[in-house]
Amino acid sequence: MRHLLNITDLTVDEVDGILKLADEITAHPDDYREAMRYKKLATLFFEPSTRTRLSFEAAMLELGGSVLGFSSADASSTAKGETVTDTVRTVGCYADIIAMRHPKEGAPMAAVQVTTVPIINAGDGGHNHPTQTLTDLLTIRREKGRLSNMTIGLCGDLKFGRTVHSLIAAMAQYEGISFVLISPQELRVPQYIERLMREKGCRFSEAERMEDVIDQLDILYMTRVQRERFFNEADYIRLRDSYILTPEKLIPARKDLSILHPLPRVTEISHKVDADPRASYFRQVLCGKQVRKALIMFLLDPKQRGEA
Amino acid sequence: MNIDSIQNGIVLDHITAGSAMRIYRYLHLDDLDCSVAIIKNVKSGKQGKKDIIKIDEAMDVDLDILGYIDPGITVNMIRDGAIVEKRRLAPPKRLKNVLVCKNPRCITSVEPELDQIFELVDEKRRTYCCAYCEGREK
Repeated sequence: MRHLLNITDLTVDEVDGILKLADEITAHPDDYREAMRYKKLATLFFEPSTRTRLSFEAAMLELGGSVLGFSSADASSTAKGETVTDTVRTVGCYADIIAMRHPKEGAPMAAVQVTTVPIINAGDGGHNHPTQTLTDLLTIRREKGRLSNMTIGLCGDLKFGRTVHSLIAAMAQYEGISFVLISPQELRVPQYIERLMREKGCRFSEAERMEDVIDQLDILYMTRVQRERFFNEADYIRLRDSYILTPEKLIPARKDLSILHPLPRVTEISHKVDADPRASYFRQVLCGKQVRKALIMFLLDPKQRGEA
Repeated sequence: MNIDSIQNGIVLDHITAGSAMRIYRYLHLDDLDCSVAIIKNVKSGKQGKKDIIKIDEAMDVDLDILGYIDPGITVNMIRDGAIVEKRRLAPPKRLKNVLVCKNPRCITSVEPELDQIFELVDEKRRTYCCAYCEGREK
């Protein structure tokens, strides 16, 4: 039985296989309408989400499966004090696969110790969000036609932004990747991420102003400064508007730049940018559903892993 | 000092000088009924000074804990007055319920029944990370 807690749980070949399967399902949706018939996905969301939960549910429904679950801790026995492990043990009796989001880091790792069905980490606090990373990889591959030899700018909250950490870990596996880290001093990437980039031999540089580096980028990955990651409201208000992408800032950028964002956005991308063909973030949302279909099949169907 | 003064038991040799009491506590040696000798600052050719612990009873020693605290220790198993086994230690790959994660965002901070699991991530620096949140030991 396989789980997905961290993007590095998958080999580069497995990631490529999932991305190819996503493309195959997208090209021939009729061939996969019954692929997960009689299978049930449980979405255990101890923390609110729009895209991640609904994309998982849409993905399973489009594969012919069904879904059950809850969308906040208040709507589950967690409100009565039940532990994550007891909840997962229970839900494993009802469902064939579990996608879980939890505000505490490492909650899916606790789930894996007791589960009888595959666990997908749909976000654990500020730690990992591997299905967002698969979404990002599919988007980048579709937008650029490759996953190697490019310069990726990551902008905004690089300290608490779990999507940034997972994306760096994933892209560092490919050849010729350079990172440009654009953030205020307070929100720089953690040391372990810097160490990871060094270990993988990636080039990286840091910048405080988007304008100084935007012309170098093939990908600009914008992130939200997340209120829930701050202990202090004053710090949140001071930093949230530091890095706002506008049409003016895009003038020196490359014509083939792709702008990604895990969404939801607050103020960091002006709505005026949406009409720019380089804005890829709504195409990215669609990739999220398609790659989750492929992941569900990868975890539930041994043939997709070359095991049967 | 000769180890043959023990008939059946364990001698922890080559303990870094000054670490013997820490090991005594980690191994809960105060719970034993048998004789336990802590010998501090023994002259050593290799180390200059070392500590030694002698336990006058056969017991299961948690080698993971010892390997984590002081991987230079030699564990001598004594039977009928002779060394029957000599074990050299290495930092363990995984520690269970030895360290406690200090990250307030970690799941272990709210679900205390979970085992505290740490994994060796840097053998050279002997750095361990929480298996749940990947926070480093402090």
